[in-house]
Amino acid sequence: MLAEMTGIRLKEDNSIAPAPFYASVVDTALLAEKFAVIDDPVQYTRFEQLAICSLHDALSRSDVDPADPGTLFILSTTKGSIDLLEKEKENKFGQDRIHLWNAARLIQRFFTFRNEPLVISNACISGVQAILTGARLISAGLSDNVVINGTDIVSEFVLAGFNSFQSLSNGPCRPFDKSRDGLSLGEGSGTVVLSKTPFNSNRAGNIVVGEGFSSNDANHISGPSRTGEGLFIAINRLLKKSPVEVDYISAHGTGTPYNDEMESIAITRAGLQSVPVNSFKGYWGHTLGAAGIIETVMCLYSMHTGVLFGTKGYNEPGITHPINITGHSMKKDIKNCLKIASGFGGCNVALLLHKI
Amino acid sequence: MEQLIQKLKEEIIEALNLSEMKPADIDEKAPLFVDGLGLDSIDALELTVLLEKKYGLKINTAEEGKKILHSVNSMAEFITANKKS
Amino acid sequence: MKKSCIISHYCQIRDHAVIGDDETLYERCGADLSDFFTGIYQHFDISYPKFYKMDNLCKLGFLSVELLLMDRNIQQRYAGHEVGIILMNASSSLDNDRHHQQTILDRSAYFPSPAVFVYTLPNIVIGEICIRHKFTGEGTFFVRERFDPLFLFNYVNQLFYQDVVQCCIAGWVETLGDYYDSTVYLIEKTGKPDAGITIFEPDTIKHIFAKEK
Repeated sequence: MLAEMTGIRLKEDNSIAPAPFYASVVDTALLAEKFAVIDDPVQYTRFEQLAICSLHDALSRSDVDPADPGTLFILSTTKGSIDLLEKEKENKFGQDRIHLWNAARLIQRFFTFRNEPLVISNACISGVQAILTGARLISAGLSDNVVINGTDIVSEFVLAGFNSFQSLSNGPCRPFDKSRDGLSLGEGSGTVVLSKTPFNSNRAGNIVVGEGFSSNDANHISGPSRTGEGLFIAINRLLKKSPVEVDYISAHGTGTPYNDEMESIAITRAGLQSVPVNSFKGYWGHTLGAAGIIETVMCLYSMHTGVLFGTKGYNEPGITHPINITGHSMKKDIKNCLKIASGFGGCNVALLLHKI
Repeated sequence: MEQLIQKLKEEIIEALNLSEMKPADIDEKAPLFVDGLGLDSIDALELTVLLEKKYGLKINTAEEGKKILHSVNSMAEFITANKKS
Repeated sequence: MKKSCIISHYCQIRDHAVIGDDETLYERCGADLSDFFTGIYQHFDISYPKFYKMDNLCKLGFLSVELLLMDRNIQQRYAGHEVGIILMNASSSLDNDRHHQQTILDRSAYFPSPAVFVYTLPNIVIGEICIRHKFTGEGTFFVRERFDPLFLFNYVNQLFYQDVVQCCIAGWVETLGDYYDSTVYLIEKTGKPDAGITIFEPDTIKHIFAKEK
């Protein structure tokens, strides 16, 4: 990322698409190799391997005990092991493996989480909504620690769907750019661990999850609001309750003409048009239910290091409301970061991260 | 042409789940996407799929799509002009 | 200690019947799921042609909330952003996922439909309800193996406590194949004393969910 390289490639894989497509895909052999250190990859679906890899890594570096009665595991995903649906009845993992609750149960058992896991499936805002939910459960005293994993895979199911929506780009996606023509799908997994008390051993301990709101456009189930209504309401409610100076906005920035335009309108309506904004989608595509988690992890990185990443694929502004899009990486001290996301179903979310 | 228009209307009602409508309720000359049937962007994409599925015809650009999907008549004209016989 | 909220109304669609606040509002045995849903739509004279475009999960959620809110003047009593919708089920959108999968099984007849694909996310039902009632508040879709009254109580309760919502629709909306089951309830801070009001707490939710016609 520091070298401003993208992981989005032209893929020719007849097993998941009849024509070549641009996407950011995790190398299967590399995943199996990494997973083999943890367990036998043959026993797990691609989705499960990704989720377990990420969780294994995060938990090994955290003091949180999954067996603690105060620890909750939340899985954020849109489609889980959806690749099993093609052969739903005769796949080698069994019929029930496709259920999201079952995927979460399997991961729960793997890491011996004591409590029944929770799945959040809220389209493309799932990840940010999951962090918001986790933070609320902690502040209400219902959990002490919340381990949140967001995972989704690139599948024929999702590729064919977005293709029918004519929303896939003809090259690596170009968020906010004048020549943007759609999104690039990606796959991946990310984990964040929220805790009531900061851990001394963990440098992430100096970031606090602040206010957050979700809001619905109440306008259309697939098209974003032309006025940025829902996203504006979410940001506005957040800033009213927590009137801080926002130093940086991590946008959803999918690269579709409508989404990016809508975000520029909502950001401007909220009076944040001069705040630096970037989108991570140009690096590894749109990872759906994982996006909000992976992108928040990157926000944490930026807050720790003071490196504000550029928007890969962005060259020339292509939105009607001029917002401050970061083209290339730069140094910036970030105290307050605003993470936003929007998705199908008219859902929007805004979440504040503070450095203390 | 008359037959094609009638057939198209039936196909549109089925593809877009316009369950409370009959072919006679659709005016073949009227714009499909302004008020009238209350169609939206998903319906437009669905009509694109319909043309491909039932008539083997592809719409190449959004501008072209706007013209072709303007009304039942314009769809019928597009089919007649491009039909492989 | 903050004052408890109340469950002002509930609606249940299961076993060929619609129950609203302990009363059987509609019953139709023998109909398949699609005819049953259409029957409800027609019986209550709902005029919303988009209903026919919805997948079964959305139809079930839409109808449940439609009957829950009928004549309650929610839109007049609350601003759009004050109303939250928190739903849960077990099968996510698997019912419609199968439908979408059918359109891509055969490469020689490969016609994925955008109108089907858009419903391959469970939270679309929240979107449909928001569009219908102009709600712009908090919305989350949870998936768990079984209905979890305690979690839903705790989560919704803290949304009230933190002033995120002033009114909330919550519950269970599940459909898979021929199976359907929904229980949705309306939670408010206060209500008319004459209505069949119950205190919003895990036991009352459990009690409502366990009801049989």
